[in-house]
Amino acid sequence: MKIKQISVFLENKSGRLAAVTRLLAGRGINIRALSIADTSDFGILRLIVNDPDEAYRALKEAGFTVSLTEVLGVEMPDRPGGLSHILSLLEEADINIEYLYAFIGRGENGAMVIFRVEELDKAIAVLQQKGITVLEGEKIYQL
Amino acid sequence: MYWNERYECMPEEELRELQLERLQATVKRAFYNVPFYRKAFQAIGLEPGDIKSLDDLQKLPFTTKQDLRDNYPFGMFAVPMSEVVRIHSSSGTTGKPTVVGYTRHDIDVWAELMARALVCGGATRHDIIQNAYGYGLFTGGLGVHYGAERLGASVIPISGGNTKRQVMIMKDYGSTVLTCTPSYALHIAEVMAEMGVTSDELKLRCGIFGAEPWSENMRQEIEKRLGISAVDIYGLSEVIGPGVAIECQAKNGLHIFGDHFLVEVIDPVTEKPVPPGQLGELVITSLTKEALPVIRYRTRDITTLIPGTCSCGRTYVRVARFTGRTDDMLIIRGVNVFPSQVESVLLEMGGTEPHYLLIVDRHGSLDTLEVKVEVSESLFSDKVRGLEELEKKLVDELESTLGISVKVTLVEPKTIQRSEGKAVRVIDKRKI
Repeated sequence: MKIKQISVFLENKSGRLAAVTRLLAGRGINIRALSIADTSDFGILRLIVNDPDEAYRALKEAGFTVSLTEVLGVEMPDRPGGLSHILSLLEEADINIEYLYAFIGRGENGAMVIFRVEELDKAIAVLQQKGITVLEGEKIYQL
Repeated sequence: MYWNERYECMPEEELRELQLERLQATVKRAFYNVPFYRKAFQAIGLEPGDIKSLDDLQKLPFTTKQDLRDNYPFGMFAVPMSEVVRIHSSSGTTGKPTVVGYTRHDIDVWAELMARALVCGGATRHDIIQNAYGYGLFTGGLGVHYGAERLGASVIPISGGNTKRQVMIMKDYGSTVLTCTPSYALHIAEVMAEMGVTSDELKLRCGIFGAEPWSENMRQEIEKRLGISAVDIYGLSEVIGPGVAIECQAKNGLHIFGDHFLVEVIDPVTEKPVPPGQLGELVITSLTKEALPVIRYRTRDITTLIPGTCSCGRTYVRVARFTGRTDDMLIIRGVNVFPSQVESVLLEMGGTEPHYLLIVDRHGSLDTLEVKVEVSESLFSDKVRGLEELEKKLVDELESTLGISVKVTLVEPKTIQRSEGKAVRVIDKRKI
């Protein structure tokens, strides 16, 4: 029920993102979802890929500062109110969201969101109790 | 463990007698053979016969690096060139290098002192010493080399650089002692990690590191990463090279080989001696040098005296680990800043790679200080807030330690240039 996310520290300099994607391309790693948080000096690139362990190894070998974090993936109906319902459930359970990013997948319901929360196990339990589809890592990697 | 117990543990009174006798001979040699010294003594009406006790040392004038430069290249030599068997020069860290000469006897004394230093630092004749100090005009490489041979250890004269090869040789030849600059030792540890070599695969036991000031935290970092005991060694080409002083395994100050060097610690501004425990500039007088005797040489290195016999039994006065140099001291908005202060803050934050760069600049009439810090994996967070908190913590700690405002910039690993000799920690862009 947990998804492995790769995070990479990037300086705000031209060519750094290209260097990461080039490296992953060379290792035959496919990116499933991607988000960048940036400040004026640096950015944090977050990636969901088909082979997180291999991607982690490759980036580390290439000298990047990289970490593996566990995140939560949720499938939801692709219609107004789909995300709002899930956020309400997390709010009621008092679970703080560190960050999130969405992507349109090819799942049954069409929309997927990646959540980074402090209390991962609790969040999974809450959502499952309410009948929300929490995605398996394997399923997302192989989309 | 001593190399020369008779001298290293000489009773204090006997040592003082020996020092006085040798000081008088040095002053005489300088006065009669070096026009610079004769003029300097005559200018204050001093004659060699006026030095009657060790306290009279303070009557003697100081010698500075500039004096050596003014007499470039051989003007300070006290023997004819036919007696000089070796020429070295300083690394030129702060400008034009200074030239130094050695007689056969000087080389012999140097080897003796380096052998003592190696033993004091933990080496024995059964060790394989990988000497990664640069060979050449810089005194580090050959100084350690001759001492190691005198000791009877096996020396690998690899010199600095080619770090992957250093690691390979260390592993294959089973090197037990590493000698180089502390910043290069850390670089070797990094390259080792990249190559997938762990300290368990090495036979390395101890490291003798010097030629630049380093902190206690940096020692711990090196010891952890290389799996060794690391000691600090001190020397400067103007005096002899490495082997002027070294730590023993007690790691509580560096023992000055007092039968060959007299030391004082002075206030660099008033030029008066400061009491033990107070920081000041180390001043050294050589007692046995033939080719280039130095009298009250201002080293610009900042330390404090530790009197009393060490737990290892050596009677020499000790100096505390060096905190910096009077000339790498930056004056930023009127505040004295030493790169070593920044280093210890970064290390205390825990996990920070001790690779950093200070960039000093001036905007309008205001000096600015930017500290670039490489983000290690242990400091990295996938949350922007996490990294911003780290930046803020670094800014707060640095500001409270240095007393001026700083900008901290987090940079990717390995983006700050590595050095194979003395680390470059400061870029001063100010045009004054």
